[in-house]
Amino acid sequence: MSVSTQSGVRPSSGRTPDPVLSLRGVHKSFGAVHVLQGVDFDVYPGQVTALVGDNGAGKSTLIKGVAGIYPFDDGDFFFEGQKVHISDPKHANALGIEVVYQDLALCDNLDVVANMFLGREEKKGPGLDEAAMERKASETLAGLSVRTLSSVRRTVASLSGGQRQTVAIARAVLWNSKLVILDEPTAALGVAQTEQVLSLVERLAQNGLGVVLISHNINDVMRVADHIACLYLGRMAAQVPASEVTNSQVVELITTGRTGDIGLPAQVANHADAIDPTTGA
Amino acid sequence: MSSTLTSDAAASEASASPGLGESVRNYWDRVRGGELGSLPAVAGLVALIIVFTVLEGDTFLSAFNFANLINQSAMIIVLAMGLIFVLLLGEIDLSAGYAAGTCAAILGVTLTQRGWPLWMALGATLLTGVIIGLLIGLLVAKLGIPSFVVTLAAFLALQGVILLIIGEGGTIGIDDPTILKIMNANMSPLAGWILFGIVVGGWALLSLLKMRGRRAAGLPVENMSVFLAKLIALAVILGAVVYILNQERSRNPAITSIMGVPYVVPLILILVVGLTYVLGRTGFGRHVYAVGGNAEASRRAGINVSRIRIACFIACSTLAAVAGILFASRDNSISPSTGGSTTLLYAVGAAVIGGTSLFGGRGRIIDAVIGGLVVGVIANGLPLVTQESGIAFIVTGLVLLVAASVDALSRRRAMATGRA
Ligand SMILES: Nc1ncnc2c1ncn2[C@@H]1O[C@H](COP(=O)(O)OP(=O)(O)OP(=O)(O)O)[C@@H](O)[C@H]1O
Ligand SMILES: [Mg+2]
Repeated sequence: MSVSTQSGVRPSSGRTPDPVLSLRGVHKSFGAVHVLQGVDFDVYPGQVTALVGDNGAGKSTLIKGVAGIYPFDDGDFFFEGQKVHISDPKHANALGIEVVYQDLALCDNLDVVANMFLGREEKKGPGLDEAAMERKASETLAGLSVRTLSSVRRTVASLSGGQRQTVAIARAVLWNSKLVILDEPTAALGVAQTEQVLSLVERLAQNGLGVVLISHNINDVMRVADHIACLYLGRMAAQVPASEVTNSQVVELITTGRTGDIGLPAQVANHADAIDPTTGA
Repeated sequence: MSSTLTSDAAASEASASPGLGESVRNYWDRVRGGELGSLPAVAGLVALIIVFTVLEGDTFLSAFNFANLINQSAMIIVLAMGLIFVLLLGEIDLSAGYAAGTCAAILGVTLTQRGWPLWMALGATLLTGVIIGLLIGLLVAKLGIPSFVVTLAAFLALQGVILLIIGEGGTIGIDDPTILKIMNANMSPLAGWILFGIVVGGWALLSLLKMRGRRAAGLPVENMSVFLAKLIALAVILGAVVYILNQERSRNPAITSIMGVPYVVPLILILVVGLTYVLGRTGFGRHVYAVGGNAEASRRAGINVSRIRIACFIACSTLAAVAGILFASRDNSISPSTGGSTTLLYAVGAAVIGGTSLFGGRGRIIDAVIGGLVVGVIANGLPLVTQESGIAFIVTGLVLLVAASVDALSRRRAMATGRA
């Protein structure tokens, strides 16, 4: 709920604040599959960092590590400058890390308020404090300038795809979150609703949160991202300010791991599988 | 930028604290959008009462028959309340009827044969229900066996357990006066009116407190005229019930006088209020609906889904134990067929007729009462019209079919209008 009070924190481009999240040389293997091979990744408060990469590059694995679903095997994890070891999702939530999953994880039969507080209901004595929850839900939506919901007591079943995505995102910022990760939030949406959600993503950053946006849509990425991080076969090919690359360069990064003098060394990009993974970082 | 929704909401809601006429219109909009709630069941109940009144008014409407109706429906209602917990998850418990029978048999053995004190016997009875529910819940939630199969197995096994406890063709008598009173004795007429006062006054007080709390929090508050209309409707219906039950209904008043509200009515009222609170106002209840609506979403939200599943099966079997106590009280005895035959199917039917969805996620405790009364009215009224018991089964089956169709159609309708 500190959302509205933090508005305007967004730094002018040029001066970079300390990252809210910093990963250094993280590794993750599933059995014999070495999915993340020494990845560095930074997310800055008040900015949108787009995480791109081809299918299977390791984007979801990376954010699941951050969210504590599959903790990393190796590497350093800094949150707000402190070295942390996140072992489970509750721990990540407690630090202020929230994930909006691609398949939305909302309950159709419950209303907006119930969904936003699901699993973390406010109590008054033995029962629920409905009034407090309803008020906080309305305030959070207001803080995000959401005007498309007529009532927070409508069941989620009656909402459009964009409105549902809005509820899912609002749920993520309800908890004094500092870092919000969105896994393909616009994948299933039409033009107008994509626009709605993207401006919501921008507003999260304006409110001072660190935002990670995973997307396969280069136009969406270029439209809202301040930084672009590209994973290529489990390595961080590049993390660059969005203003310094063009659409086609991003596409090249995604498909080959390098473009011009940005990206992985040529022999790594071309023979990623033949290189010893531990030297990658 | 941060004030938009608050002011929007405040503005729209200050103007949209809807009056009576508008509330009715809003409700009707929801009904047309597929959110039927218990409307079809209430309409069906009224229709059935009118039909039987026209055909056999003198007998059907008599105070004697009304008390009879309550006696016939009570067990079905309590069983249906338990089933609503598992139906809300989208599961089923086919064994609830014989769970009631088994628990009743435990009551008979401990109370009559072993001579345990009443509280210990009741404790053993309820504990039996808890254990049955725990076993079913563990098998469903931890091993992932479909509840249909687990409870079908329990249905067969518990039938055998009762036979072993009671013996082929045997019965266990119940002579404890307290147990017998539940279904066979009545409150004094004055006590009936006091109960009426407590229920109506309590409802009004709670509603007003809730309205005050919402106003204090700056949230939209129900219009006063809507509140008064609901209060009057509640008072008229409950008043009529108490009034009718307070009439003399003995065939021969000179010898014994029978009048007053049967003791089972306050028992059911307590269950309705308590369980409605649990499902509607506690975190546990919220999580039951959540798991029924989307189990994966609930898991990601940090809800312990297996724990909720197990708790719901325990609730179902424990309420079945309560129904078993009512069986023992009504019949003065327990036999191997207690809780058998149509008991379970009527109870599932009652929940569905009352408006609880078989697809999970939708239903309320009051559905059990309304649906149970529909089933009870058919079982009670039809024999007055025809001696053919076959007709009663056919009519009940048809009503259940209608209710299930309403459930399915309202889902389709809700999807078409974007409400599901
Ligand atoms: N639980 C798991 N067990 C084994 N392998 C896994 C597991 N999860 C992911 N992988 C493998 O890790 C690699 C990266 O998967 P990941 O889901 O992170 O990709 P992604 O970048 O999110 O792709 P997409 O764009 O398709 O979502 C894939 O090769 C996948 O097969
Ligand atoms: Mg993915």
